[in-house]
Amino acid sequence: MRSNEAVAEARRVLEICNACRYCEGYCAVFPAMELRRAFSDGEIDYLANLCHDCRGCYYACQFAPPHEFGINLPKTFAQIRAETYEQYAWPRALAGLFRRNGLVVSLITAVAIAAILALTMGLQAPETLYRPRTGPGAFYAVIPHATMALVGTATFAYALLALAMGFSRFWREAGASNQPAGLRNIARAFGDVLTLRNLGGGGEGCNDRDEAFSQTRRWLHHAMFYGFFACFAATCVATIDHYLGWIAPYPVLSAPVILGTVGGVALLVGTVGFLWVKLSADPAPSAPELYGAGTGLLVLLGLASLTGLALLALRETGAMGVLLAIHLGTVLALFIVLPYSKFVHGIYRLAALIRYAMERSVSVATERE
Amino acid sequence: MTDPAGSYDVLVVGGGNAALCAAIAAREAGASVLLLEHAPRDFRGGNSRHTRNFRAMHDAPTATLTEVYREDEYWDDLRRVTGGKTDEALARLTIRESARTLPWMEMRGVRFQPSLTGTLSLSRTNAFFLGGGKALVNAFYRTAERLGVAIRYDTEVVALGLKSGIVEKVEAKSAGSSLTISAKAVVVASGGFQANIEWLKEYWGPAAENFLIRGTPYAQGRVLRNLLDQDVMPVGDPTQCHAVAIDARAPKYDGGIVTRLDCLPFGIVVNRDARRFYDEGEDLWPKRYAIWGRLVAQQPGQIAYCIVDAKMLRLFMPSMYPAIEAPAIGVLAAKLGLDPGALEMTVRDFNAAVRPGTFNGKVLDDCRTEGLSPPKTHWAQRLDTPPFYAYPLRPGITFTYLGVTVDGQGRVVMKDGKPTGNLFAAGEIMAGNILGKGYLAGFGMTIGAVFGRIAGQEAAHHAQQ
Repeated sequence: MRSNEAVAEARRVLEICNACRYCEGYCAVFPAMELRRAFSDGEIDYLANLCHDCRGCYYACQFAPPHEFGINLPKTFAQIRAETYEQYAWPRALAGLFRRNGLVVSLITAVAIAAILALTMGLQAPETLYRPRTGPGAFYAVIPHATMALVGTATFAYALLALAMGFSRFWREAGASNQPAGLRNIARAFGDVLTLRNLGGGGEGCNDRDEAFSQTRRWLHHAMFYGFFACFAATCVATIDHYLGWIAPYPVLSAPVILGTVGGVALLVGTVGFLWVKLSADPAPSAPELYGAGTGLLVLLGLASLTGLALLALRETGAMGVLLAIHLGTVLALFIVLPYSKFVHGIYRLAALIRYAMERSVSVATERE
Repeated sequence: MTDPAGSYDVLVVGGGNAALCAAIAAREAGASVLLLEHAPRDFRGGNSRHTRNFRAMHDAPTATLTEVYREDEYWDDLRRVTGGKTDEALARLTIRESARTLPWMEMRGVRFQPSLTGTLSLSRTNAFFLGGGKALVNAFYRTAERLGVAIRYDTEVVALGLKSGIVEKVEAKSAGSSLTISAKAVVVASGGFQANIEWLKEYWGPAAENFLIRGTPYAQGRVLRNLLDQDVMPVGDPTQCHAVAIDARAPKYDGGIVTRLDCLPFGIVVNRDARRFYDEGEDLWPKRYAIWGRLVAQQPGQIAYCIVDAKMLRLFMPSMYPAIEAPAIGVLAAKLGLDPGALEMTVRDFNAAVRPGTFNGKVLDDCRTEGLSPPKTHWAQRLDTPPFYAYPLRPGITFTYLGVTVDGQGRVVMKDGKPTGNLFAAGEIMAGNILGKGYLAGFGMTIGAVFGRIAGQEAAHHAQQ
């Protein structure tokens, strides 16, 4: 399944980088690389997923193309990441979904929206669907709560299971460690995730679009990350409220709506901004293999937040029924594709950061001796 | 051809660290500035692209430097490596200015690594560029562009018309056509001549054909020769260059840091005849690093081979090219194209001469040979643990010492001892005034930045008078 050329190229590049080490101040990849002299396939997967694609090392590289050594570590690593997403996918039979992933994500999104819309339209009389309604249970008159809860929980639980299986396979095959990770190392890795320390480029940020440094990618990613979890929190709070007997729609100044609105706006800003960075950036340090997957997930996340915000704005009008169907179709698509989309970068990167934290505590301890 | 974009107060010849510091300093002093870089944009920056750090005086620890490194210690280090071949006034000026120049560079976009990471042995005296020299070059170009310095790549200056100590016009070539440029003052920061093999052959003969050039192929020394031909006072020994032993498989130019080999003190080094020719364990590697280029250059065919065994492989930094491996010395010799019997005999004699000792690669240990010529005085261990490994070595030229004489304002001095009117120099083209011999890590960048600033400011003042 693995393309040997990509792995061989990564090994060639890493051996040159390891003889140079000028980039060691940029991120975690270089200190991790310096602990080794040779690089197994699993270690290449580990280092490639430790890379946050800040591109600092590409612009700083004295051996970057057109130099005959042709070192382009961000691109090489992105190609390896594209392979690891397939390699560690669960179940293995679905690994093929990572090929032409942009198309897969678009098709699933289209089908999910169409299905929910068709079912809603087919099962509801037009006067029910298009009549403005307010008050508790307004949404559930269009799509019953039990259906929503069942489909949402089932698809989300499956996504979590598939992501967890991917994490565990990556941990075993690219982690190469039987040691327990240790709470402190896990905490340190989560700290890295929450702050995106490795997108700091040693202080001034990344080469987001060209040779100049900025923190744009980091802030846009924060907006997406925290926006996504705020939306998720909104859903959780709403679920609790529901079983406490407080039925949606909720007022504008309620926890679910505030969380959902702030999260949705952040998610929208993050995804649109990220698409802009992607489209306007120097393409040299990026891998065409990952372009569709990255764009597909960004568009889907952006759609989920856009439809959610539109639903909030128009929930008291006759458009609510159709908007609800479209929004839930988008969210359904998101849950279905989650383990087969660019979203998986997060779990492999987390695994890589935990391993890095473990290696770092060992190497610090050795230096002290 | 006409002037590329009007007339300029200051013309800077070159595109590395010194040229950029000069262009930025001149522009900040209010002058209009044109910078001409011989290389295309992708390879801009001269040898600064391959550098890594900056040696800076400091009287207290800073964010990028540990402890203290005072003027006198810095001067002692310089006097020791140059054997006194230095101009003390210019050297002390450079040392003192280095303290102020580091923050000046930071304010113009250069970023340094925090002091406790990286190569610890140098973190007291040298501040490391985050990302290395190309990151520094990129930062300086961004700053120069932002300030409004006009920059032309792919433009080689071929002649400066010097008349009674004044540069009247500058001739350049760009994309096959010639240009003549006039400027009120000129700063030459176009490096040495180490990439000019024909020139190296004047001193080294045909052996120079086998030299590898570690840095930029654009250091042709054309401006340097042009000035020396016009009675500018030379400085530095023209026959001398900084040469280290690098991997023979490196490209002819621009192989940079990754072709360096650190294995020499741990194994033995033999020539084409499979004979040893120098004490590999003479001193700690950083102190002996720079003599091996010359040693290999003096061997037949300018080639040598460092041979280590399995137990030594992890003692040194990995390098770009994998070691050539064989299960036995004779097989290794055949792979290298050496006489197997001769190499087996050299290894046998060496192994027999090794005295027992306690190996320690970090200090001058007591592992040595006895009754062997040449001896190996430290880190001598028997080559007895297969597989055996070899690295082929060739001389790798870093820089040349010949340059033009300057005064404390960076003004170029004529053979009659009079300073020129409007010609200034910075960087490798004048480094021989201060580093006439030897090598001090990170000092070339210090000379370049300090004199780049001085020359740029002085050139701007001259232009505005």
